[in-house]
Amino acid sequence: MKIRSVLRLAALVAFVGAMATGGGARADDVRIIGSGASFPFPIYATWFKSFSQETDGVTVDYQAKGSGAGIQDFINNTVQFAASDAAMSDEEIAQVKEGVVLLPMTAGEIVLAYNLDGVDELKLPRDVYPDIFLGKITKWNDERIAKANPGVELPDEPITVVVRSDSSGTTYVFTKHLSAINEDFKNGPGVGKTVQWPANDKLVKAPKNDGITATIKQTPGAMGYIEYGYAKLTGAKTAMLENKAGEFVSPSAESGSAALASAEFPGGDLPGEPGTPDLRVWVTDPAGEKAYPIATFTWMLFYKNQDPAVAKALREMVEYSLTDGQEMADKMGYIPLPDNVIAKVREASKLIQ
Amino acid sequence: MATNPFAQAVSVESMSGPPSQSDYLVDRGFRLAAVVGAAIIILLVVYILYEIGGQALPAITEYGLGFLVSSTWDVSRQEFGILPEIWGTLYSSLLALAIGGFFGITVAIFLTQNFLPARLAAVLRTIVEMLAAIPSVVYGLWGIYVVIPAIRPIANWLHDVLGWVPFFSTSLSGPGLMPAVLVLSIMILPTVAAISQDALNLVPYKVKEAAYGMGTTRWEAILRVLVPTASRGIFGALVLGFGRALGETMALAMLIGNSNQISLSLFAPANTLASLLASNFPEAGQIEVQALMYAALALLAITLVVNIVGIGIISVATRKQKA
Repeated sequence: MKIRSVLRLAALVAFVGAMATGGGARADDVRIIGSGASFPFPIYATWFKSFSQETDGVTVDYQAKGSGAGIQDFINNTVQFAASDAAMSDEEIAQVKEGVVLLPMTAGEIVLAYNLDGVDELKLPRDVYPDIFLGKITKWNDERIAKANPGVELPDEPITVVVRSDSSGTTYVFTKHLSAINEDFKNGPGVGKTVQWPANDKLVKAPKNDGITATIKQTPGAMGYIEYGYAKLTGAKTAMLENKAGEFVSPSAESGSAALASAEFPGGDLPGEPGTPDLRVWVTDPAGEKAYPIATFTWMLFYKNQDPAVAKALREMVEYSLTDGQEMADKMGYIPLPDNVIAKVREASKLIQ
Repeated sequence: MATNPFAQAVSVESMSGPPSQSDYLVDRGFRLAAVVGAAIIILLVVYILYEIGGQALPAITEYGLGFLVSSTWDVSRQEFGILPEIWGTLYSSLLALAIGGFFGITVAIFLTQNFLPARLAAVLRTIVEMLAAIPSVVYGLWGIYVVIPAIRPIANWLHDVLGWVPFFSTSLSGPGLMPAVLVLSIMILPTVAAISQDALNLVPYKVKEAAYGMGTTRWEAILRVLVPTASRGIFGALVLGFGRALGETMALAMLIGNSNQISLSLFAPANTLASLLASNFPEAGQIEVQALMYAALALLAITLVVNIVGIGIISVATRKQKA
């Protein structure tokens, strides 16, 4: 693994070196390399592929290494842009001397997928699903689940909880939500890209979104959190969750947009970056009646100052993602950005110079 | 004089005589190449140890030996410990070695001791060796989609009936130790089988003839004479198979459940060092990387100890045999 990452780095270095000397490539060709979050990878890959095809002389490559690795690459200046589900912390921003522009580009929902024969609709109250992930509710026919689902026949089976084994932005957003609504969760596992889940034999970990999805599909009585797009793709059953207003909402593009609509941007500038709006916002527990409770933006990270040709290409890429790109979002299981957010992002993207 | 045979024999200089200058050169060159090759391998191992050790050093000084006996892996609180992973690595590898080793040696005996026509044995041998060419991730998927559903009813029946036995104390929900061990044993089977076959084939034919000559039955000849004679090679096969089991990553990461707990139960999720490294490396921050390097060092140490113990067992066994 070490060797592979070294090789990859070597390839990257060689590639960047070749680019710097213009080795063989046409002078007006712009190649943009990005790396980072895997959560939005399916939609980013589609965007960048069609953008590269439709734009002459610009190619965009994106590697889904994970948010943390993306931020690392961005700080080390080995990429032209990066992507992260957890945006960037103030300390991380301070390490980038070229200046940082953070833009929310798309958004997603995290759903609780389950595998229970004969149960097609499952409602989970706010005080119940954190307790499932804390290992306090262990059986499907627990009276607290039964109370919320009158008329549904719940089996006397253990709940197998499936969580991520690798470090992940999805886990970060999910635990942030659970910590916001449940005091025990906040003081227990807490918030993080990996957390210390309660150790019991009914909690298993699987790698990546697809690993969790496969494990849930193969395990009767399993439940786990995945990105909405993966559930949509595989047809996994998803639970309706009780939101802050007390309504049970199933995940969809509309309920996701409703959640994002309640997002209030901090309004100030990024720390240490006067003139750059701070577009970091977390929708940990949206208030709207129709809002699905677990939704999040995901960000792209850009340098403020760089080669003008690259900057122009990056601005075009952002514009493409904001227009054509948003139309693809729903189909792929992501939430299109609300119009007011698009306007803000478009305005801020002008700072990429 | 032309017919003098002695003169003719003496004149054949090319057949014997002192080595020429070029012979010396080739000889020296070859020796140099061998020494350099061996040295590079040793240096490479030392360099890997140095590199990993260097990166692990901050974690070693920070967490000390407590790292090896604590069972929390919590990045946000920066508490790291790998006891469950050490336990899971050894437990899963030993079980896989027991199963894979048994079947591997059995296959080797079956394919080398004239149970089958030679051509059929060659075909079967190739098929067994092909198991080694299947990518790890395919084994993992096969485990998820085939092995787990297949053993779930058996496992849960065992749990219902014999739940008081510690090995069956939990039901199997999905990923867990048992599916991981079964897949792992299939993965090490070709290694064990191939090297054991070589070892059995190396036993001189006259040994077998002598055994039969003493009036042994076929099974007595195989179990009392042939297998003990080949035991050195078979032990080597087992040690290699065990090493493969210790280091196997992807299939285990998909099947073992990656749960940081220590349980005797065969059906509970567990974790291994290699799986921990694979799962956490890609997104690890600086401090976690140091802890992971420490874990990698522990894995290297375990492998080293296993090899040394293996060599010890072999030398004791052969000494006993000679005595």
